[in-house]
This record gives sequence, structure tokens and C-alpha cells, in this order.
Amino acid sequence: MRSYLLRRLVGMIIVVFLVLTLAFILVRLAPGDPASLLLGPDATPEEVQSLRVRLGLDRPILVQYLTFLANALQGDLGRSLFFDRPVTEVLASRAEPTIFLALFSLLVALVIATPIGIWAAYRRGSVLDQTSITTAMLAASVPSFLTGLIFQRYLATDLGWFPASGYGGVGADFGTRMWHLVLPSITLGITNSALILRFTRASMLDILGEDYVRTARAKGMTERRVVLRHALKNAGIPIITVVGLTFALLISGAVVTERVFNLPGMGNLVVNAVLRRDYPVIQGTLIVVATLYVLVNLLTDLLYLAVDKRVKY
Amino acid sequence: MAGSSTTAAPGFRKLMFQRPSVAVALAVFVAVVAACFLVPALGLAEPGGMSVRNRLTPPGGEYPLGADAFGRDVLGRLMVSGQTSLGIGLGVAVLSSVVGIAIGLIAGFFRRADAALSRLIDAMMAFPDILLALSLVAIFGGTMLNVILALSIVYAPRIARIVRASTLVIRELPYVEAARALGTRTPTIMVTHVLRNILSPIMVQATFIFAYAMLAEAGLSFLGVGVDPRTPTWGIMVNEGRQYIDTAFFLILFPGIAIALSVLSLQIVGDGLRDALDPKLAKES
Repeated sequence: MRSYLLRRLVGMIIVVFLVLTLAFILVRLAPGDPASLLLGPDATPEEVQSLRVRLGLDRPILVQYLTFLANALQGDLGRSLFFDRPVTEVLASRAEPTIFLALFSLLVALVIATPIGIWAAYRRGSVLDQTSITTAMLAASVPSFLTGLIFQRYLATDLGWFPASGYGGVGADFGTRMWHLVLPSITLGITNSALILRFTRASMLDILGEDYVRTARAKGMTERRVVLRHALKNAGIPIITVVGLTFALLISGAVVTERVFNLPGMGNLVVNAVLRRDYPVIQGTLIVVATLYVLVNLLTDLLYLAVDKRVKY
Repeated sequence: MAGSSTTAAPGFRKLMFQRPSVAVALAVFVAVVAACFLVPALGLAEPGGMSVRNRLTPPGGEYPLGADAFGRDVLGRLMVSGQTSLGIGLGVAVLSSVVGIAIGLIAGFFRRADAALSRLIDAMMAFPDILLALSLVAIFGGTMLNVILALSIVYAPRIARIVRASTLVIRELPYVEAARALGTRTPTIMVTHVLRNILSPIMVQATFIFAYAMLAEAGLSFLGVGVDPRTPTWGIMVNEGRQYIDTAFFLILFPGIAIALSVLSLQIVGDGLRDALDPKLAKES
């Protein structure tokens, strides 16, 4: 157990280190000198040179890399070229909509997918099972921007049930801000429910085939009790894993969904950074998101370990 | 994909089409491909023709799917744009498979390379697909080739992971041992003895990557960071249609449906392929 934890931790540190290295290399691959790119075509060579010195671009690449690593480990991800503020500060100021969007849409996805997944597994091969699988596949095939735009046009603009876009404007209170996340969360939740549905169904199918379920039935326990007491309790465990897996999907989806609903989140920030060639922000977002992904997956694995007493590493 | 029936065990067709939805999906996908590549080539669609008088004409009559803001026929444009969308999907499926196979085989065969490559694969997979593709396109520039390259970098680790896992199993099998005892060189073993026997799961995964890549490309184009808008894709058409969301929703709806239809049919075909080529995996789903 302890050796497993240690191994996982070391593995995680190596992956985070590689993530940092990849992010460093990625931005260096950009054609052209970052300093001249930054200053535009009108800059004099002297201006470019002085910026190069300021950004440390005149030093050997290995020194730049080590400085980058040292800074990143201290939580310094550089300065945004566009905002002229530290990247971490810029990211933090855009974190709220993204975090709540991710949480709410995960909730929506779980609420849609878990009951249907369980029911589909219980009635394996039935019309309901077939329909739910096909629907899940459809949900995963429709681009989230299409779902979002349909909701925006018909539920927000035409019916006026929800705000069509934005985050409530400057100084909006918490409730108003969250109200603006309802449609985006449903949009993203629908897209992500597909994976969770398939996963829940598969893990429920496994459990329904287990000996203790057969025993419970043989004892004369009612079907309701068998499913709710025995099967459901154990099917919940693998669902923890899928939450970790959907994290990447949620973030990718958030980038597109925030764009559709014009939410001032990290996704919108990174798209604008791409359009503005604000490389430090792109790099910083990649690092933060990938590190979070690694952490979330470690946490879900540990949670799995804590919940399921049968799992031994 | 249909040509693969020669390499599979007998009964491939029966296994593949045991669910009627797979046949329907394959027919739909083939129809989409044919419409996109044959109709414009035969000169039956002229999406270039602009006419200001007909701008934003609703679907019906002369324009079955309406006309866009320049008075161009949406149906014709859909077919031409589809060439790029489908081309990118196929390009990514092929390129990511080739790269993934190479990395996976090396990791599966050489213990020393394995530790490093596996960690690299883990690190690559920690980046969400759209986010990584977005950054790569930002750096390399938005051309069709660069979008294919970026998405192949995103999806190659998935193939590599599957290839590595299968290689680790197969390299221990008696016939590989026999080949080695006979003095067969490692590269020959890798290709003729291992790769040939893991083509099935790779093909299944490549079909799914075809679908994911089309979705991802649509996402990138929608965000305005995909290919050059002068060579439109379905995603770019949706992005252009956004301006008219309240007056001409069909400009968003039809390219959106084209994406969903292609992706859905590819995924169903992928499921069918898995049933036929990889019965062990299929049982689990």
C-alpha cells in the first residue's frame, strides 16, 4: 500500500515535469522571435534587443529552460504579453466561471447518465437499453457548439427562459452569475453524459453477473432490493473513475461552450490568447490544466482505494 | 474500411452487420462521402456563385438548404466544405495511427525506451484534446496540413497506448519466441509477427479517431483557429452562420447536422468493426 502510494507519487511528479517540459518546448517551436513578434513589425532592432534581454531570450536555451522550471515550481508562469500581468493572476481572475461550469455540467451529466445507465444494464437488450445507447452515441456526436447554439436561439432568445450569453455584467451578484451558467452547464452536461452512461452501464453489467447478486436473488430478496442495495452500492465505485476521465472532456468542452455563451472563463481566455499570440497565457493554461488533470486522476484513484476494500495494490 | 474483409476471419460480414444500425451507418457515411466528393466533381454544385439578391433565402425551391449571406447555395457549399472536414478526419486517422504504431511498437519491444515513452504518453494525454490542438495550431499556423499535424499529435498517444499493450502480450507468445530462435531480426518480428496481429484493434481505434478528429476540427474552426476560412469546413460554416443566429438559423443547423451525421455514423461503424474484429472487447460493451 505504502509502496503503491510512493510509486504513484513519483510517477505523478515525473509526468508533471514532462508536462512542464512539453509546454516549454511547444512555445519555443513557434516560428519567429517572440520579442519581435510581440512588438510588431514597426519595432526598431534596439527595442527588440532590449525586450529580448528583459525576457531572458538572449541567454542559452538550457539556462532559459532551468529558469522556466524553477519559476514554474514557485508558481510563476511568466507574464501575459497582452495584459502585462502575471499569467497566474490572469488565470485566477478567469477561473470562477470555468470551475462552476465544470462542476455543474458534471452534475448534469451524472444526473442524466447514472439512472439511465443502471436501468439500461438491468434491462439489458431491451428496447430501452438499445435506445439509451444510441441516444448516448448521438449526444457524443453532436458538436457541443450546435447544442449550445440551439439552446441559445430557442430557449434563451425566443422563449426568454434563460440569459442568452455573458456572465451578468460587472458587479453582478453570485446568484445572477450562476443563473448565466444554467444553459452552458446543460449543454456541456449532455455532451459528457454519453461517456458516463456507457461506463455506468458496463460496470453495472459486471456487477449484476457477480455471485453475491445471484445469492441475494436466491435468498428470495426482492429485485428492487437486489438492485438498490447490492448492485448499486458497488456500481458507484467505478463511477468515481469516470469522473476523473471526464475531466479532460469537461475542459475541452468548456473551451467551446464558453465561446458559445461568451463566458469570461479560462476557455475564452485561451482562445483569445491564441488569436492574440499571447504565448505565456497559452503555456500557463496548458500547464495548469494538465497538472490538474494528473491530480484529479490521482485523487480518484486514491478515493477508489479508500472506498473499495477489495482493491489492493 | 470495407476492403478489410479479406484480412479478417470468416464471418466478418455477419459479425459486423449483426446489428442493422451498422449497415445503415455505413450506408450513410458512404453517401456523405460520395456527395462531398462526386457531386462537386461532376459540376452539379456551384457553391461559388454569389447573388446578393438571394442572400439568406430560407430552405426550399431553388436552394434546397437555403442560401447564405452572399447568396451562395448552402447545399453546394456543404458538399465542398465536407471535402476538407472529411479529409482532415481521414488524414488524422492515418497519420496518428502511423505515429502511434511506431511509438507503441518501440515502447513494447525495448524495455529501456518503454519507461520514457510511457511517461511521455501519459504527459501528452494529460492535455485536453481541443486545448492542445488549439495551442499547436496557434504555434504552427492555421493550414489544413497543420491542423492534421496538430490533431495527429493529440491522438497518436491513444494508438500508441493500445499498440504498446498488445505488443507486450504478443511478444511473449510462442510463435514470436520461435521466430526469434530462428534468428529473425527484431524489426522483422515487429512488423510481420506483431504488427500484423494487432491491426484489428488499431483499425477500430482509427475509426473512432476519424470521428473525434472531425469533431475536434469542427471545434477548432468554430473557435476561429482552424484552417484558412477560404477553404471552408463545416465548422467554419457554423462559425460564419453565428452572425445570423436569430434570422437564418439554418446556416448553423445544416453544417451542424452534417458534422453530427458523419461523426455518429463513423462511431456506429467503429462499434460494428469492434464487434467483428475484436469479439473479446465487444463483449464488454
